[in-house]
Amino acid sequence: MSTQTQVLEPFKGVKKVPLEEYFTAGHRTCQGCESALVMKLMVKAAGPRTIVLGSTGCMYVANTTYYSTSWVVPWMHTQLGSSGSAALGTAAGLKALMRKGKIKEEPINVIAFCGDGGGADMGLSAISAALTHSEYNFLILLYDNESYANTDIQVSGLTPWGAHTTFSPPGSMRRILHRRWKKNVAGMLAAGHPECRYVATVCASYAVDMMNKVRKALSIGGPTFIHSIDPCPKGWDYDPMLSHELGELAVLTGVWPLYEVENGVLKLYGKTKAIAEGRQKRLPVREYLLRQGRFAHFTDEDIEYFQSKIDEMWEKWLIPGVIPFRKELEKELEKEE
Amino acid sequence: MDVPETVVLEQEQEEEALISGSEAIAVACKLADVDVITAYPIRPYDTVMQYVAKLVANGELDCEYIVAESEHSQFEIVKHAAAVGARVFCGSSGVGWMYAFEALTVTPALRLPVVAMVGNRALDDPGAFGVEHNDALAVRDLGWMLVWVDTAQEALDTALIAWRVAEDRRVFLPCAIGCDGAFLTHSQSLVRIPPKSKVQKFLPRYDRGDLLLHPDNPITIAPQVNEDWLMEIRKQTDEAMRRAKGVIEEAYRDFENTFGRVYGNPFFEEYQTEDAEVVLVGMGTLSMPVKVAVRQMRQKGKKVGFVRIRWFRPMATQELQACLSRFKAVGVIDRDFSLGSPYMSGVLANDIRSVLYSASARPAVVGFICGLGGREVTVPDVRQMVEILEKAASGEPVEPTYWIGLRE
Ligand SMILES: Cc1ncc(C[n+]2csc(CCOP(=O)(O)OP(=O)(O)O)c2C)c(N)n1
Ligand code: SF4
Ligand SMILES: [Mg+2]
Repeated sequence: MSTQTQVLEPFKGVKKVPLEEYFTAGHRTCQGCESALVMKLMVKAAGPRTIVLGSTGCMYVANTTYYSTSWVVPWMHTQLGSSGSAALGTAAGLKALMRKGKIKEEPINVIAFCGDGGGADMGLSAISAALTHSEYNFLILLYDNESYANTDIQVSGLTPWGAHTTFSPPGSMRRILHRRWKKNVAGMLAAGHPECRYVATVCASYAVDMMNKVRKALSIGGPTFIHSIDPCPKGWDYDPMLSHELGELAVLTGVWPLYEVENGVLKLYGKTKAIAEGRQKRLPVREYLLRQGRFAHFTDEDIEYFQSKIDEMWEKWLIPGVIPFRKELEKELEKEE
Repeated sequence: MDVPETVVLEQEQEEEALISGSEAIAVACKLADVDVITAYPIRPYDTVMQYVAKLVANGELDCEYIVAESEHSQFEIVKHAAAVGARVFCGSSGVGWMYAFEALTVTPALRLPVVAMVGNRALDDPGAFGVEHNDALAVRDLGWMLVWVDTAQEALDTALIAWRVAEDRRVFLPCAIGCDGAFLTHSQSLVRIPPKSKVQKFLPRYDRGDLLLHPDNPITIAPQVNEDWLMEIRKQTDEAMRRAKGVIEEAYRDFENTFGRVYGNPFFEEYQTEDAEVVLVGMGTLSMPVKVAVRQMRQKGKKVGFVRIRWFRPMATQELQACLSRFKAVGVIDRDFSLGSPYMSGVLANDIRSVLYSASARPAVVGFICGLGGREVTVPDVRQMVEILEKAASGEPVEPTYWIGLRE
């Protein structure tokens, strides 16, 4: 292998999406689990000539019970912090064997997925390293349910400020125990790995868009990264019926900007683009936060703080939603001189 | 033109080279046509990767050579490459090996034949580059085969044997080759390098069969099994380790037939044990001072011998018992420690006690903790151990464990 990748043209509308499923019955995720949908769409987009590696977390534990695996494509577990290394090792093995004529030459998709805990905390260094290995083709997909969900909903580096988790409960002395702001993972990885040809954020509420980002990531070659926001009824504490709607609200409130960085070119897409171009107004974050039990302890003040941080992201960031440096930086430097 | 003929001749001929233990293993990687190799720097093992890098750069070794960002990734990468059918090599030392520990624990459980070199090194803090065996020994319960070698020649030969055994479908377990830091990794000796054609005969292609991770064979590897199946799966790994013993014997016989170098008993080497009354037991390069001391003491009429263990896992329990129960006292030299263990001994001493427990004739067993942090094991050290053993042999009371060569 394989400077060659599979040519996966975008699906032109939902009716053109093939019916074949490669993630099927047999899993035991919660009702309304958006991450399970992400798995299904991810591998539907990739097709049958794909190997999937999955790090520890809900999408391992709930999806691959012995004798009832939901994976139709070859699947292998990897350690919590190893999605980067799993993708790299698999791609390297295939590449060596194909080059040396030990197995048939063909482009095989390699996808490693990880949760926010496995990917953005423990596995960050391995993902970062993997994204520098331009000679291998693989996709790392981070499904972000905003907590260490499988171990009973604990705060991770991607849990939103103030959220109630089992490691950050609101108490009588301290209402807000979790005071760290969510890491900007996609922006960090895109900015930090200039040779990486494709980084995108997605939301499965926009399913066709989401699948087409996966297809592009796999076609473009080299190591690529996708970050998906996944409403989680158990961890976010809402009626499972609302998963789709919450995904939309994450985008419409501007909390979750949708963008892709393709060969160094940044493109906002979907509703995010409409917001950025002023064709659509951002909804207040209150509408998103108050639908979730994990923010039920928020006071008006807390909601205002949250809103101010999102406003800052849209109004003050050098590239809104992507690069958090302030535009003022240069002016301040001039003043100092 | 006679050029092709010359080439054929060269390929068939054994060469001789003055190389270190690390370089010998790098040469083995080339001979074995390894597919994926991952590196990360830590002394003293990393010399092997420096040689590997040169071989790759010079086009002598065709592999994916990946410099990882940590040992954890180093071992995870080869683990996954082995799952898609690649022959792999990796290695580490001391705390680097420990950093990879999570990957090390799952590799045997997944039945992936990773071959690794451990350049044995102390687990600093406090900082120390020298040899101790605690690093490699940390995986002793997990399904890693563990073998210690003594010379660069043995390092090369054992690496070839390691792939052969690890990749045998009856085994499919990882194998770590213990090479004492500095004493072996960095010391040169003359090594006979076999021709690639013979290696190809000895070492068949790694065939993962129906366990291959590939779209043509869409299996799910390592699903959640919990209490329903984990015990049965552990038992399968246990069976693999039991079978490994026979596969190792087979491999050594074939090795002798193919290359003409004879190791005899694969599991341990006996030195002047025939009429011995007391023997020392140890692993790795301490055999050099021990053998010198044994020769000197023999000249003074002392009936002393030495048993050097190669394969620590699987351990050749029956053979070792038959061997060691012949003597009056057995002194086990540990280049490691096992704090709080029975008799406050080292790891090997307690394993040997366990080996001997069911013997009808049980010699006295004394543990010697020695040569830690790369401290040299000297001839006087060995003499002191033998004096203690002689006391034990004549029924005088001795301690179960001594630290030898310790500064007052
Ligand atoms: C090294 C290691 N530490 C801790 C765990 C326990 N653990 C299992 S799943 C999990 C949660 C992972 O969270 P995330 O990656 O966000 O995935 P999610 O469960 O949310 O889907 C943790 C902490 C583990 N498996 N491995
Ligand atoms: S806890 Fe969340 S991520 Fe895990 S299975 Fe349930 S809904 Fe899905
Ligand atoms: Mg999570």
